[in-house]
Amino acid sequence: MQLTLWTYEGPPHIGAMRIATAMRGLHYVLHAPQGDTYADLLFTMIERRDARPPVTYTTFQARDLGADTAEIFKEAVGLAYARFRPQAMIVGASCTAELLQDDPAGLARALDLPIPVIPLDLPAYQKKENWGAAETFYRLVRALSAPPAPRAARARRSCNLLGPTALGFRHRDDLREVRGLIARLGIDVNVVAPLGATPADLARLGEADFNVVLYPEVARSAAVWLQKAHGQPFTDVVPIGVGATRAFVKAVADLAGVDPAPVLDADESRLPWYSRSVDSTYLTGKRVFVFGDATHAIAAARVARAELGFSVVGLGTYARDFAREVRAEAEVHGIQAVISDDYLEVEAAIAAAQPELVLGTQMERHIAKRLGIPCAVISAPMHVQDVPARHAPQMGFEGANVLFDTFVHPLMMGLEEHLLAMFRDDPEFHDGVAPSHLGGRPHASPEPVAVAPAAAASITTPSAAAIAWAAEAERELRKVPFFVRGKARHNTERFARERALPLITVETLYDAKAHFSR
Amino acid sequence: MNAPFPPCGPRVSQERGQRAVFCGLTGIVWLHRKIRDAFFLVVGSRTCAHLIQSAAGVMIFAEPRFATAIIEERDLAGLADAHEELDRVVGRLLERRPDIRLLFLVGSCPSEVIKLDLGRAAARLSGRFAPAVRVLSYSGSGIETTFTQGEDACLAALVPDMGTSDDTSLLVVGTLADVVEDQFARLFADLGIGPVRFLPGRRAAEQATVGRGTRYLLAQPFLADTARALDNRGARRIAAPFPLGAEGTTLWLRAAAEAFGIAPERVAAVTAPGLARAGRALDRHRERLEGRRLFFFPDSQLEIPLARFLSREMGVELIEVGTPYLHRQHLAEELALLPAGTAVVEGQSLDDQLDRCRAARPDLTVCGLGLANPLEAEDRPTKWSIELLFTPIQGYEQAGDLAELFARPLVRRSRLEV
Repeated sequence: MQLTLWTYEGPPHIGAMRIATAMRGLHYVLHAPQGDTYADLLFTMIERRDARPPVTYTTFQARDLGADTAEIFKEAVGLAYARFRPQAMIVGASCTAELLQDDPAGLARALDLPIPVIPLDLPAYQKKENWGAAETFYRLVRALSAPPAPRAARARRSCNLLGPTALGFRHRDDLREVRGLIARLGIDVNVVAPLGATPADLARLGEADFNVVLYPEVARSAAVWLQKAHGQPFTDVVPIGVGATRAFVKAVADLAGVDPAPVLDADESRLPWYSRSVDSTYLTGKRVFVFGDATHAIAAARVARAELGFSVVGLGTYARDFAREVRAEAEVHGIQAVISDDYLEVEAAIAAAQPELVLGTQMERHIAKRLGIPCAVISAPMHVQDVPARHAPQMGFEGANVLFDTFVHPLMMGLEEHLLAMFRDDPEFHDGVAPSHLGGRPHASPEPVAVAPAAAASITTPSAAAIAWAAEAERELRKVPFFVRGKARHNTERFARERALPLITVETLYDAKAHFSR
Repeated sequence: MNAPFPPCGPRVSQERGQRAVFCGLTGIVWLHRKIRDAFFLVVGSRTCAHLIQSAAGVMIFAEPRFATAIIEERDLAGLADAHEELDRVVGRLLERRPDIRLLFLVGSCPSEVIKLDLGRAAARLSGRFAPAVRVLSYSGSGIETTFTQGEDACLAALVPDMGTSDDTSLLVVGTLADVVEDQFARLFADLGIGPVRFLPGRRAAEQATVGRGTRYLLAQPFLADTARALDNRGARRIAAPFPLGAEGTTLWLRAAAEAFGIAPERVAAVTAPGLARAGRALDRHRERLEGRRLFFFPDSQLEIPLARFLSREMGVELIEVGTPYLHRQHLAEELALLPAGTAVVEGQSLDDQLDRCRAARPDLTVCGLGLANPLEAEDRPTKWSIELLFTPIQGYEQAGDLAELFARPLVRRSRLEV
């Protein structure tokens, strides 16, 4: 058993729901106990969908246990077909129904419906949401995509865009950006799937010349199969950030045999100029901790380092399936990747890294808030505010503009930071002025001078033995601007501990500063 | 008032089929806030953990006092192993949270289906961690409980653990917001009823005693098992409608007063100021609600008392009142107050019910969050029902707030010009 306070991913059938809800003309019958319909809320509330997800639950109860549940399942499949008349259906079991050993595949086959009914085997006690989404999409593509047909000779090349789902982080807006890039390269889009696709559309996947995988977590396995079955090559360069977008444009143009120059030369992202403008100088070497799904975490780390000039001091993912890729990227930054789905471990890693900015999921937003560190959300799981009404892509050149704003806004703007440092003793700029994005919560009172340092930092360094601060050194520490004071305290104590100094003096403080200065 | 089925009461029917309801685990979200030194450990799957975090929203990070022990593949291999695993998880949890005095092991669908004996585990762990921590168990599984029934199961698990006393006392049963509980405590004191205790108490050590002198008053309509457990301890229920709205609150207080032999004049004197304030507060919203046609989807078992309040005090017309479960005895006083012929539906067949709702074109539909936005998108105004569990709605001082919860979606509709 695993003690869990928070989970980054839902069970695999939620992944299947994300595929079913993304598509049209598909219906999902889920063998599940009463109560599992809570999952509808994710779609109707977080994503504010205007229709119920196309899912029928059997919602069996204790009194139904026994031979009855198989009958309930068959009845639910029959009624769902009669009512919704889908082009195809998927059937499967949630975690509890998996234990009952009714056989959704066999039961559905026995009904002999005049449409494809695709059984899903989603092991709920081993796998999680993203795997469930990938497996469902793969099964659908495998079952529905027609046998390879000779492609008509056309003047324009065409591709499929694979990966966007329901409840995906900014999938809606990413798709619009990528469609724009593809169109300007003079390439046609054959099918976008699963978002907005019907089962009939999936049957046409083979007509495209190649595939573009936008979210490898969801679509890579389907793309690999399509490559084998239809000889379609695929690109999975994820166009998040200016550099990655340019690489994406080249990769797509390459597969299509077209010239990428017109798109690349248009040079339409503001990020490079904004990043070079002098106000951004203060961003140099800002310590940033990145965590999320693998695709977004890797992309954000690259943008942070190469396009904003930050230092990536932490990188990790909750997706074990993509641990290899994230570890490789962490190596580039000279750090060790955090691969964990335990948010307490992530919290400890963030506290230890002492970043000045956290880029993460909804959970890291809360962790950062608790630690008083600025934060921006770059990956699912997200909350309702990260399904914004405005156009807010992560991908493409406009996505890069969004990323610049998203990463920089939580930090104080350069001038503001400069003023705070210069006038820190003025009444308007005293220590109690918290960054406005942290809820404007003023510090109740300045830290008491005599505070035991180990107690103040207990969450970050539980094993740290108490190191005494001389009163004078403590006063000197308070002259350090509050937004870097935690780091100064941490570094000084580490310095003192490493040298087994019994007391931190003003000298120690400045020795440590010299030692750690970058 | 005690006649259970008046000659032309509501028409009650049953329905079976797909149900769009929460499971009992959801009760943890408000129960853990009420009992402040209790921890709720769900023994279940990733789905259970996902459900609670979806229901708890942002609350999950304020040092939550609930968690899930997620059953993994290897736990399914053999049961003995699962018990050792559970002991390990509980040990780790109590190390992290030494402030916990009461630990609930909460059963889920997976733990029920594999027949993991949480009662035995609770007894074993109680022995190990006594006297610092008491460990109890109950089931919040979807196969056995619907939404608020999780609270019923939790409170029923507390009853055998209550101390025994045959002294005369009043026990108010069901989670109420602290502010509401305090108001009721003052009213009972003014009436001269005492001692008055509440179940659940705010701390594990504050649990009330029970015995032959205990009269209990249900504050919530979903407490069938708790009531049975109290009956088994010799306590006797005071039949009353539930304290929603000015009328419901008065009848609820009056039933208690009658049971304790308080003179009607005193009841009238004590209730008069609250009644007058509630009346003024309700007047403001009546204009918005009067004559509106309402449809209730089943959710919490609060539907019948709410429908009674809205029809009698706010003048709404009831199209259909769905309830996940109808306890005919506990709801007898409520049913008697519903307009003759009101359609009460116990259970659910979701798609059929949606068809009826669409055909009836109600002015306001009370439903869960899975249905609310889809119905709004069809231009059918809704009031999402879960809020009624998290908002203080009982008693005189909250009567206006309760009416406002239903009036607000209609006010909003009239304001929006886009």
